[in-house]
Amino acid sequence: MECTLDKTLPCWQGFKGGAWTDTIDVVDFIQNNYTPYLGDDCFLAEPTQRTLNIWSQVKELMKKEHENNGLLDADVSTPSQIDAYAAGYIDKENELIVGLQTDAPLKRAIMPWGGHRMVEASCQAYGLKEDEKVKEIFTKYRKTHNEGVFQAYTPEIRACRKSGIITGLPDAYGRGRIIGDYRRVALYGIDRLIEEKQAEKSSSDRLNMTSDIIREREELSEQILALEAMKTMALTYGYDISKPANNFREAVQWTYFGYLAAIKDQNGAAMSLGRVSTFLDIYSERDIKNGTLSEQEAQEIMDDFIIKLRMVRFLRTPEYNELFSGDPVWVTESIGGMGDDGRTLVTKNSFRMLHTLTNLGPAPEPNMTVLWSVNLPDNFKKFCSKLSINTSSIQYENDDLMRPMFGDDYGIACCVSPMIIGKEMQFFGARANLAKALLYAINGGVDEKSFAKVAQGFEPITSEYLNYDEVIEKFDSMMDWLASTYVNALNIIHYMHDKYYYEKAQMALMDQNVVRKLGCGIAGFSVTVDSLSAIKYAKVRPVRNEQGIAVDFEIEGDFPKFGNNDDRVDEIATKLVEKFMNKIEKLPTYRNAIATQSILTITSNVVYGKKTGNTPDGRKANVPFAPGANPLHGRDECGALASLCSVAKLPFKHAKDGISNTFSIIPNSLGKTQDEKINNLKGMLDGYMSNMGQHINVNVLDRETLIDAMDHPENYPQLTIRVSGYAVNFIKLTRAQQEDVISRTFHSRF
Amino acid sequence: MTEILGYIHSVLTGATLDGPGVRYVIFMQMCPFRCLYCHNPDTWFKNQLGARTAESVYQDILKYKDFFNFTGGGVTLSGGEPLVQPKFALDLFKMLKEVNIHTCLDTCGYVELSDDVKGVLDLCDLVMLDIKHLDFDMHLKLTGKDNKRVLEFLDYLYSINKKTRIRQVLVPTFTTDEDYIGKLILFLDNYRGIIEKIELLPYHKMGVEKWEKLGLKYKLDVSEPAREVVSEIKNKFIKNGYDVI
Repeated sequence: MECTLDKTLPCWQGFKGGAWTDTIDVVDFIQNNYTPYLGDDCFLAEPTQRTLNIWSQVKELMKKEHENNGLLDADVSTPSQIDAYAAGYIDKENELIVGLQTDAPLKRAIMPWGGHRMVEASCQAYGLKEDEKVKEIFTKYRKTHNEGVFQAYTPEIRACRKSGIITGLPDAYGRGRIIGDYRRVALYGIDRLIEEKQAEKSSSDRLNMTSDIIREREELSEQILALEAMKTMALTYGYDISKPANNFREAVQWTYFGYLAAIKDQNGAAMSLGRVSTFLDIYSERDIKNGTLSEQEAQEIMDDFIIKLRMVRFLRTPEYNELFSGDPVWVTESIGGMGDDGRTLVTKNSFRMLHTLTNLGPAPEPNMTVLWSVNLPDNFKKFCSKLSINTSSIQYENDDLMRPMFGDDYGIACCVSPMIIGKEMQFFGARANLAKALLYAINGGVDEKSFAKVAQGFEPITSEYLNYDEVIEKFDSMMDWLASTYVNALNIIHYMHDKYYYEKAQMALMDQNVVRKLGCGIAGFSVTVDSLSAIKYAKVRPVRNEQGIAVDFEIEGDFPKFGNNDDRVDEIATKLVEKFMNKIEKLPTYRNAIATQSILTITSNVVYGKKTGNTPDGRKANVPFAPGANPLHGRDECGALASLCSVAKLPFKHAKDGISNTFSIIPNSLGKTQDEKINNLKGMLDGYMSNMGQHINVNVLDRETLIDAMDHPENYPQLTIRVSGYAVNFIKLTRAQQEDVISRTFHSRF
Repeated sequence: MTEILGYIHSVLTGATLDGPGVRYVIFMQMCPFRCLYCHNPDTWFKNQLGARTAESVYQDILKYKDFFNFTGGGVTLSGGEPLVQPKFALDLFKMLKEVNIHTCLDTCGYVELSDDVKGVLDLCDLVMLDIKHLDFDMHLKLTGKDNKRVLEFLDYLYSINKKTRIRQVLVPTFTTDEDYIGKLILFLDNYRGIIEKIELLPYHKMGVEKWEKLGLKYKLDVSEPAREVVSEIKNKFIKNGYDVI
């Protein structure tokens, strides 16, 4: 439709026009207006005293929060909505970017639409008194997502959930992994976006009112209400965001208001930011050119923005924390990458965004994600490597691998999930435990821990030694069963989520015809692969109890293990990825979502391990799995490159939702001098990406530091470590997870 | 190519402390020395299990060529003492040089300068020569052998103008006193034209466990050098115009 914005308004002065002035097209705006930056980091400014003052106030609050069992305060009587709270500040006079989730810093909100039980359990866990009125509303008058899901679940799905062969399902909390295009708020202003949504709604006025059309009309109406609420919310802070942003500070502020609306509306597992740095750079370049902004001021605004993003909090339960430890919210920001036209998308503001790790010190949020290409400017590569060495706060994802499939304006949701900003979203699906499925194949569907029959209609293997071909055949059928039960559960979940806890704020900042992906996932990957390798190359004898259930395994002989760049076992790994994907993509999905899968566990590898018995690779019951696609701790014996190459072999085309690898190396193993270390890390990343690795977390840490931090957490308030797909404050991990991190392979050599 | 077998202790991918860039290191079995501070005593002895042809190692190395290119790395033949098995080294380096992979030899220099050894050196881009001690008797005490051959080896490297990194382990009471370092600097001055860098390796006790595991008695009783001592020595080399790491 025709744009009603006056193109001569000051907000767009100095910008090069294009399709973006007439239609909602942020990419076109970026491509027409951004300035690639090839230089080094010398231009960057240090934090101002103002920034340091604000940050130290926040750090003080975070310290209190940590000392108070992880919760500073919560408002249990006001269900969160975009405009439910009065304005909140850290230090009103001195903040450059404003806006908090509630009316006070780190005060958490309740979001009962996902499930009242989550609220109830959180209150119990933190010793808060539940609000009777809220309880009445959400148990008596208003149904929640959680209730809807459990009404539709089948007995089999419930059994799977209980045994832990499928875990972490978003059936009691917000699914997340949807990225609103928050940049639209800055570029177009809310009024223009409302016009667009109204036009989208009118476009179906004369169609036959089928259920799909009706649902869409209702959703568009919800989106329009959300946009109105955003304006109201911004007004409480004294800003009118109905029109576009006029300068850099406003552009940051408007973008943040869009994001803030999303995190007031949803307690999603991952509430990612998208890809805003280079977009915002266009505004800072214009202001700097006009002489209205200095480098110091630009950095100060970014620092303030990042302080806000470090303060995002949700009220969650201890069980949730076990799965996804350390209060993560995945404010993932994708930085850098290359454009389709060959120019780099690295700008000065990409540097500023990362420089906050130096100005404010390391932190897990926002989840800094560098889209790495071999063709990135060398100066930027060096800058990133240096920051990784100093802060262990960055993850890297392969732009050369993803750009051909997703174009040059995708962002990472959560940890490793690529999606085109404003055009694609995901139905998050947690993960299925393939190691347990293998045990079910051996035991005919009987759970090795509870001895309950979970999968019906299967016969156990009864031979003295496990025969590879027989195991593969049985495992194949068991995976069929698992995939179908799993996808059924996800379809139910997302049907109900749309119905009872629709993401109106985020969806309001996306196109009408959004492409939906169904993000399935697998856990226990390397344990399963090594188990199959043991069965194939060594002799594995199940030890069965009186009921004939294999409860342990004796291994005779050696076998190749995943993580050593050994094709004998790595082929088992690649086939497994492909096989499970083939099973998933055959199944019907809710709203015709395109099925994908990830190999990612987040920190749930610990819980999954706890729920899984002895496995044929020799791993003992309860021992944590490796995170994501990592080789099992200590089994990658041939050094860092072999380990990286094994993971890089896993076919992204069959796991388009991402393949997570967490790489830890001790500082002295990267080289002798700082220059050597930077050069070596940079080259290792180039090598890994050239080998088609999709994702890598880089930790450069000594094990001793972590052990000391376990015993003296007070000395390490900002110690950050990358775990599967995100980063955490190490001291916020549970003891079991801390021990797991420490037990993992730290590539080292003397 | 020959079918000569190399007796290999282990390989390590992604090493960064054994030459420039990120490297594939092959630790060969057997060593003429029995250094008191050896941190790889498990490489001293011959073990049939690790026997491989150069071709099979080469095929494995090729998997990492990207990493070498991106970091300026390559392959390091270490040990043990790799020149105990010169024919294997020759086979491997020939193949590596055909595909332009950087070769590095980490050696103690205690070898007979046979045609094979000379051939290996011709194909070697960087020699890392470990100077155990300049003094004949002290060398004997530290390693079980005198240093005559080592010094001849260095002379040979100089005569063929081979780029060489000098490595010196800093062992208190043996190689850290002012007098020794002064002598070493003076001595190395004769070879300045071929010296790429000086690499100082502060003695550490991380090898002790391996000795115990092998049932060997660890006889060296000195402490690790103080940080100040190491940096003082480093500065002396820098003052004399060396690139020191």
